[in-house]
Amino acid sequence: MRKTVRFRDCDWVLLALALAIAAVGIVELYSTTAQTALAGQLKRQVSWVLLGLFISVALSRVDYHLVLEQVPWLYGLTVLGLGALLLFGRPIAGTKRWVAVGGLTFQVSEIAKLVIILTVAAYFAERQGKYVTWKDFVKLGTLVGLPAVLVALEPDLGSALTFFPIVAAGFFLAGVRARHLAVLALLGALMLPVGWHFLKPYQRERLTSYVHPSKDIQGSSYQGIQSRIAIGSGGFWGKGIRNGTQSRLGFVPVSHADFIFAAFAEEQGFVGTLLVLLLYLALLLRLLDGAQTAGDRAGAFLLVGFAAVLFFQVAVNIGMMIGFFPITGIPLPLMSQGGSSALFTFLGLGLAMSVNLRRFVN
Amino acid sequence: MPRSRQRILSGQLTRAGWGQAPAVLKRMEFRFPEDERLATWKIAFLQYVIAATFLVLLIGYWRLQIGQHRQYLEQAERNRIRNLPVIAPRGQILDREGRVLADNFPAFSVLLMRESPAALTPPRVQSIARGLQLDPADLQRLVERTAKLPRFQPVVLKQSATMEDIAFVESHRVEYPDLDLLQVQQRSYPKRAIAAAVLGYVGEVSEEMIATPSSPYRPGDVVGKSGLERSYNSVLAGRDGMRRVIVNSRGQEMGSMTTINATPGNDLRLTLDLDLQMAAEAGLGEQPGAVVALNPGTGEVLAMVSHPAFDPNDFARRIDREAWDRLNSDPQKPLMNKAIQAHLAPGSVFKVITGTAALETGTIKPNYTVSCPGAVTIYGHTYHDWVWEKGKGHGSVDFHRALVVSCDVYFYTLGKLLGIEKIAYFAKRLGLGSRTGVDLPAEDPGLIPSPEWVRRAFKRQWWAGETISVAIGQGAVAVTPLQLAYAIGGIASGGLFRRPHLVFKDQLLALGVEPEQETSREFPLREETVDAVSKGMWGAVNEGGTGARAHDPSLDIAGKTGTAQVVSDELQKSARKAEYKNNAWFVGYAPSAKPEIVVSVLVMQGEHSTTAVPIARDVIKAYFQKKALRRPPANQLQTQVREMSQVLGTTPSEAGPAPQDR
Repeated sequence: MRKTVRFRDCDWVLLALALAIAAVGIVELYSTTAQTALAGQLKRQVSWVLLGLFISVALSRVDYHLVLEQVPWLYGLTVLGLGALLLFGRPIAGTKRWVAVGGLTFQVSEIAKLVIILTVAAYFAERQGKYVTWKDFVKLGTLVGLPAVLVALEPDLGSALTFFPIVAAGFFLAGVRARHLAVLALLGALMLPVGWHFLKPYQRERLTSYVHPSKDIQGSSYQGIQSRIAIGSGGFWGKGIRNGTQSRLGFVPVSHADFIFAAFAEEQGFVGTLLVLLLYLALLLRLLDGAQTAGDRAGAFLLVGFAAVLFFQVAVNIGMMIGFFPITGIPLPLMSQGGSSALFTFLGLGLAMSVNLRRFVN
Repeated sequence: MPRSRQRILSGQLTRAGWGQAPAVLKRMEFRFPEDERLATWKIAFLQYVIAATFLVLLIGYWRLQIGQHRQYLEQAERNRIRNLPVIAPRGQILDREGRVLADNFPAFSVLLMRESPAALTPPRVQSIARGLQLDPADLQRLVERTAKLPRFQPVVLKQSATMEDIAFVESHRVEYPDLDLLQVQQRSYPKRAIAAAVLGYVGEVSEEMIATPSSPYRPGDVVGKSGLERSYNSVLAGRDGMRRVIVNSRGQEMGSMTTINATPGNDLRLTLDLDLQMAAEAGLGEQPGAVVALNPGTGEVLAMVSHPAFDPNDFARRIDREAWDRLNSDPQKPLMNKAIQAHLAPGSVFKVITGTAALETGTIKPNYTVSCPGAVTIYGHTYHDWVWEKGKGHGSVDFHRALVVSCDVYFYTLGKLLGIEKIAYFAKRLGLGSRTGVDLPAEDPGLIPSPEWVRRAFKRQWWAGETISVAIGQGAVAVTPLQLAYAIGGIASGGLFRRPHLVFKDQLLALGVEPEQETSREFPLREETVDAVSKGMWGAVNEGGTGARAHDPSLDIAGKTGTAQVVSDELQKSARKAEYKNNAWFVGYAPSAKPEIVVSVLVMQGEHSTTAVPIARDVIKAYFQKKALRRPPANQLQTQVREMSQVLGTTPSEAGPAPQDR
């Protein structure tokens, strides 16, 4: 029965969309880093994408059920790892986000993200019934809340926030009642001041500068203002490759990583923006189509969870460039330079293709 | 089979529950082929949510990239383009033979760029002040004062940046991207204090100058503050250029776009002769006072010294408050150009004026004789001659003798005969009591008292006795050393008064600068008058008179001494303070018949005129020695060639001392 999987059923369109976005990212990476101290990042990113490509195709051969069966110990290991990172990790740039493995540094929260997707999928695959109950909220809330708090303590609020859409999409799909939403909204509103209390000063600053952009012009809203100048100055056709003054002259911060889309929009203009947004849209819709046709609940939850976190990251990253959201350290999947992020995305794509391959199994 | 296994396993899982520790590893499998299908509308709903979000994002980007493109493009350009002034070097100041008196050397200024939207908060200003070793309060004031200026105008925070300042700016590009360095041309005066009073100094343009309407100045601009630097600022100052450069976010230059070159200022050649200047500086030495050498035939100032002097190089950097206070509070007023600003009684030098007036009006003839017992009583008051203390008089003196021995009684008598109106009239016509019009700022006009003046100034009548004091250059009469040189030179030249000047008129015309209107003034004197006065002054030097120390057989010097009291006799005797000491004057010229050079010397607190006399002699001597060198015999070229071949042909031991370290 399981042998009905055929390689040509693999979702090549999904992979092609992802590769197209990654290619755009690599070109932009070249454009912003060429002849700078960061020029070496280009080679590394190409290697990561190629490695990711290989991993995703390889993972698609593995039955996702087999992966889901590993959830309990994967989860345990992740929580332990995050805890150990907090206790023993060496801070890099003031935060304990990375773990060094043989000369390479990994962002543990990217792996945790994948484990959360698997955990949520495993939980709801098990769960029967038309609607979720309060017990589910408590259980899953605790399961996801623990690693989220650990990541937030690193501190990496942005990554911690990416867990939220996974859980939210899971509950939505499993079935929530209106009263659930109402109570949760009330609770959330009550928790806001408490949450503010726990924010680090720089995180508060980012939020205040989001609300009042003119307050601190050299500080945190500077990044937002400079990225908006970059994007706006790009115009319709853009300034062309390697001609983005804002990104090449360092006005746009980390234009190769979190802010790569600002650099891209500056050089490729509205036309480029439109193209990349369409690519992302196609990728996300394709993932959700897969969820519609998935062979079982587990596959559907897996795809929705992955799509939810991708969508969240894309929307927040691209939105924060133009001031729709406060500036947070959320990378743009597939475009921002960074091994951990690329690895996570391609692992997720591998799982998604694994689900797609097995849609006719039963 | 697998189905049943799966059921069992999942049952186990349910029993074990998620509430237990996740470390409890359980084998699970997830197969729910007959699950209730998930509602397809939910996933479709998610797809719509995603599409809608992307639409909103796209609209957001449209607004920025299409709607506000122009405005953001402008901001991006402003970010990367920095307008830097290119400072024009000031023109050099040269002496009449082209020797450099004022020059420039490259230095750095620390600029505050104000185009970026960075707000200079007080803590930032303080740390910048610490880094540049400036007073934080001063810097804060500067920042506040310049806040209203257009943003493209940078502000100079510090001139003559030290190596430490440059290092501070370069190493804090990230923290303070709005600091930059600008290469400037800093003024230098290679001869230091030599001719300092004439040259003046430069400094940062004052607030008031910037505030005046249509002022071309920006804060930090360097302008002439005194002396020639000030009076010829428009000639010396160039026009700054502008450089548009591309900078990165840290303010580092990445490339250059357009450059408007700076127009350097014009060089200024002075009438001053450095050799005479040096002779005058050396002659006056440490004594406070002034020396002025003029060519009365042209009005060219050949030398002008005021001591004590200052080093104008101190002002080229931003002078520190302490040094400034010290210069300003010095009782000897080093910043004052005493040659044109000393407002002092001329003493007996004024007898030349009184004498000229008496002869010219026909009040006396040169053979008019007065018997001098050492004192004379006029209007019921006894006036003493300067020899009175020696217990004798000058005896019977005529006009010539009176000038030679500087007989006070003779000129008291002339004063009484003339009356104040005539003395004042002639004094003014002969160049006193008003500015000579020299091309230097802040010249003192001096003062020639008259009944009209006391009425205006003191609301009282003129006292007849005052006339007697005025006749010998005491009382309220006040002159400057330049005025005396101008007046005596004019009288010796038969009444031709050339406006003293330091810059050649032709040069100004060539530069398109309109020179001063009045260049010369004539007040023709009768030949007999000029003859008698000149001979008297010649006698003062060459017939064992008061100016005998100026006598030099090789020179034809004439001149008149003056010892001017600054306080009354009684006070001078009771308190022998330095500032109560007499001022010594001497005005000499040569040749006596047709003067080419007139030198006026003032030695403040010089006690007696004899201290001033040799200084003038030295300057005149230097002038004629140089003239003799300049006009060698007709076979000059041959002589030179012969001399050179001699030097070249001689062995080293003959040419000079042999090298010691062989």
